[in-house]
Amino acid sequence: MTRVLKYVFYDILRTRFILFYTAFLLVCTFALFQFDSDYGKIVLSLMNIVLMVVPLIAVVFTTIHLYNSYEFMELMLAQPIHRNIVFLSEYMGVALSLCMAYLIGIGLPFLLFGGIAYSATLLSTGIFLTLVFVSLAFLSAVLTRDKAKAIGIALLFWFYFSLIYDGLLLWVVYSFSDYPLEKVTLALIAFNPIDLARIILLLQLDISALMGYTGAFYKDFFGSHVGLLFSAGILTIWVIAPIALATRIFARKDL
Amino acid sequence: MLALLGILVCIIPAVHATTYKIGNQHNIKTIREGIALAKAGDTLLISAGIYREGNLVLEKALTLIGENFPVLDGENKYEILTVHAQHVVIQGFRFIDTGIASINDLAAIKILESKFVSILNNRFENTFFGIYFASSSDCLVDKNQLTANAEAEHQIGNGIHLWKCQRMTIRNNRIKGQRDGIYFEFVTDSHILNNYSEGNMRYGLHFMFSNDDEYRDNTFINNGAGVAVMYTKGVKMIHNTFEHNWGSSSYGLLLKDIRDSFVLDNVFKENSIGIFMEGSSRNEIKNNEFVKNGYALRLQASCDDNVFEHNNFRQNTFDLVTNGSLVLNTIKSNYWDRYEGYDLNKDKVGDVPYRPISLYGTVIERMPTAILLWRSFFVFLLDRAEKAIPVITPENLKDELPSMIPYDLR
Amino acid sequence: MISVKNIEKKFGKLIALDQVSLEMEAGKSYALIGPNGSGKTTLIKSLLGLVVPSAGEILIDGKTILNDWKYREKIGYMPQIGRYPENMRIGQLFDMMKNIRQEVTKTDEELLEAFKLYKIFDKRMHALSGGTRQKVSACLAFLFHAPILILDEPTAGLDPVAVEILKEKVLHEKRMGKLLIITSHILSDLEELSTEMVYLYEGRLQYHNSIAMLKEETNESRLNKAVATLIKQKELLASVTE
Repeated sequence: MTRVLKYVFYDILRTRFILFYTAFLLVCTFALFQFDSDYGKIVLSLMNIVLMVVPLIAVVFTTIHLYNSYEFMELMLAQPIHRNIVFLSEYMGVALSLCMAYLIGIGLPFLLFGGIAYSATLLSTGIFLTLVFVSLAFLSAVLTRDKAKAIGIALLFWFYFSLIYDGLLLWVVYSFSDYPLEKVTLALIAFNPIDLARIILLLQLDISALMGYTGAFYKDFFGSHVGLLFSAGILTIWVIAPIALATRIFARKDL
Repeated sequence: MLALLGILVCIIPAVHATTYKIGNQHNIKTIREGIALAKAGDTLLISAGIYREGNLVLEKALTLIGENFPVLDGENKYEILTVHAQHVVIQGFRFIDTGIASINDLAAIKILESKFVSILNNRFENTFFGIYFASSSDCLVDKNQLTANAEAEHQIGNGIHLWKCQRMTIRNNRIKGQRDGIYFEFVTDSHILNNYSEGNMRYGLHFMFSNDDEYRDNTFINNGAGVAVMYTKGVKMIHNTFEHNWGSSSYGLLLKDIRDSFVLDNVFKENSIGIFMEGSSRNEIKNNEFVKNGYALRLQASCDDNVFEHNNFRQNTFDLVTNGSLVLNTIKSNYWDRYEGYDLNKDKVGDVPYRPISLYGTVIERMPTAILLWRSFFVFLLDRAEKAIPVITPENLKDELPSMIPYDLR
Repeated sequence: MISVKNIEKKFGKLIALDQVSLEMEAGKSYALIGPNGSGKTTLIKSLLGLVVPSAGEILIDGKTILNDWKYREKIGYMPQIGRYPENMRIGQLFDMMKNIRQEVTKTDEELLEAFKLYKIFDKRMHALSGGTRQKVSACLAFLFHAPILILDEPTAGLDPVAVEILKEKVLHEKRMGKLLIITSHILSDLEELSTEMVYLYEGRLQYHNSIAMLKEETNESRLNKAVATLIKQKELLASVTE
């Protein structure tokens, strides 16, 4: 596996996109450190990047990369190598390089300016979101042969989770506003990795004091060990389920 | 003013009075002896040292002056000083460790049914209640320092506590770590000036049924639930600073059932809610600075005829939220940093009205659970859309004359 | 060595392979012919495991290839259109392939020498002409001494000198007792390289016999004539049965 992975890495690094991505994150974070010295506010501003940009970059980069390495995969598959090895090497290659870019881009400034403790949640949720959306992009890539369609599906995933889902959630809250909804919404949030990441991040900041009773309920839950396990577990499922499904489909796919 | 007169009245007879020195090196060793010996108008001069005398009761017009802060120790059992007299002065003592009792409000100094009492320049450490007035009038509390380190609300009383008093002046005190910093109930025609109330468990200032008072130049910072002013009319709240009263049920200033009052020239900074207003009418909120609050104003529908004018709203998460749709208050000529209008005729007044209520702000007032969408992309778009075409936010709740530039308030 | 048993492949409604059964033995060379879209490439891809048949099975050395990958060690494959990571240099490509199949210590670099690819080892794949690309594909196919060689249109786009080099190599390998499967539209090439003929038409196996037998049956001395006659016969047969 490492042999294939090596060439996937080589291929990704050669396109320089990952370097641009790292530089972009670095510039954003450094700039925020220049404007503000309050770690909480920096984390809050970076939260928007994490919730919007990270998933978007993950889906777009992944699908484009996958289609660009179609030849490579074809070549590998005619060799005595298991299909899953080829596919999962691609996944590891993409996911690891995006995660590295993210860790360096966001983590390095915190390391330099201090406040690495503040950034722990930010870094871990960002890593999780990267992995989740790389998984979803792999799934969308195996669902169709057409590059444009695959990017379309991947963007739809992104659009759905960052926008449409929240609209539906608001509609549910509106329709059942006479009932106590805390537990129900907690379950609903688990169905959207972006929402889950956002809530976890908000609760880390003292700004969560503005979230009233609902916020207090969530804070109680996510502050507990059960809540921590719950959120980590749910996010892990979000990483594993799409890529597992994609691997299954890919194992039977005609090339 | 009356309180000052009180001091003068108190000093004049003192000219013919005797001064007793009390302390280890003097003939009179205890304060109790001194009080027993002295006549009205006399002065007790108490040397530095530790005095453990249980509860002292003062029923004569005496002046007690501590030299180099003699310590009056309550030994965690007693109320230290109980005053029931007129023209008493207590100055320069260090009161420590009163008893704690949930039935009796044990205090370092309790003043009952007295007049013209002055509590000057004392220190209070770990006292259950610090200075406690009941049914008194024309008293002065000046330059005292109160500190306590209780961990729970029930383990500690209020710093400066007034019940059923008139014409009182509370000024230049620093109060820290009490239950309520300053407590006013049924207190009228009084002044709270230039106090610094920090880190108290419940309220920096707790103020009820106390008409026609004025509090001015005070700082209330980092208190559990902020400052509460309730069931009162004719209060003047001027030039105070409400800062960092932060928490899920906290606010800078709570106005509950307040009428005909003034909130002028104050600074509300970094409070989870700047002003929480409920059931209040005919108040003027002018020339205040609202900076970096969660909600600058939370205006319940039960409020009417209030005027919000010439305030600066800067960097608040929400400028204004309300749970009603009727517009019964006047909001005009404020500066809003979110205002995106223009000023063609250069009169420094925006040409289009500003709507301080965001759609999302309205939504969470109606459905508090919707807060879980806070800071999502969806909410961001929703607010932008509503700004362009208002549908849900109250049509008439707007500032018709928004200022283009912030007012220079402080 | 290879036995294809009743394999069937459908792409949606299109039937690419329809009940194809075929036995292929080592030491023989099979010419796989048929018009465009007759299922040749699908058959080859099925052998490589790139396409999974909808029904039937393929055995190589008696073992099914379904869900197996190790058997591909035995196959050298030269695709019709060689698609390679575009930004790789030729040298890097060969290094990578060798690296991935580290267990093969002694590689066959005869063709590499013959085509003089060493000289352009630092050229990137996207800069190569169609012919050079074919040379690269050919070299890769023979690189690991695989006992089964599948060559999809091997001579297309090659210059005459290269064609001759390749043919030499193929014949050499055949003499070494390898199993060859070759598709080509140039029947004269096949006549030289193959001993057996497999004719696919609309996904069905229409004819499978030795070339010698074919010539005999059709009474033609040259393969292209023989195939033409065969096709006409089949078409006639088809129209009658319809």
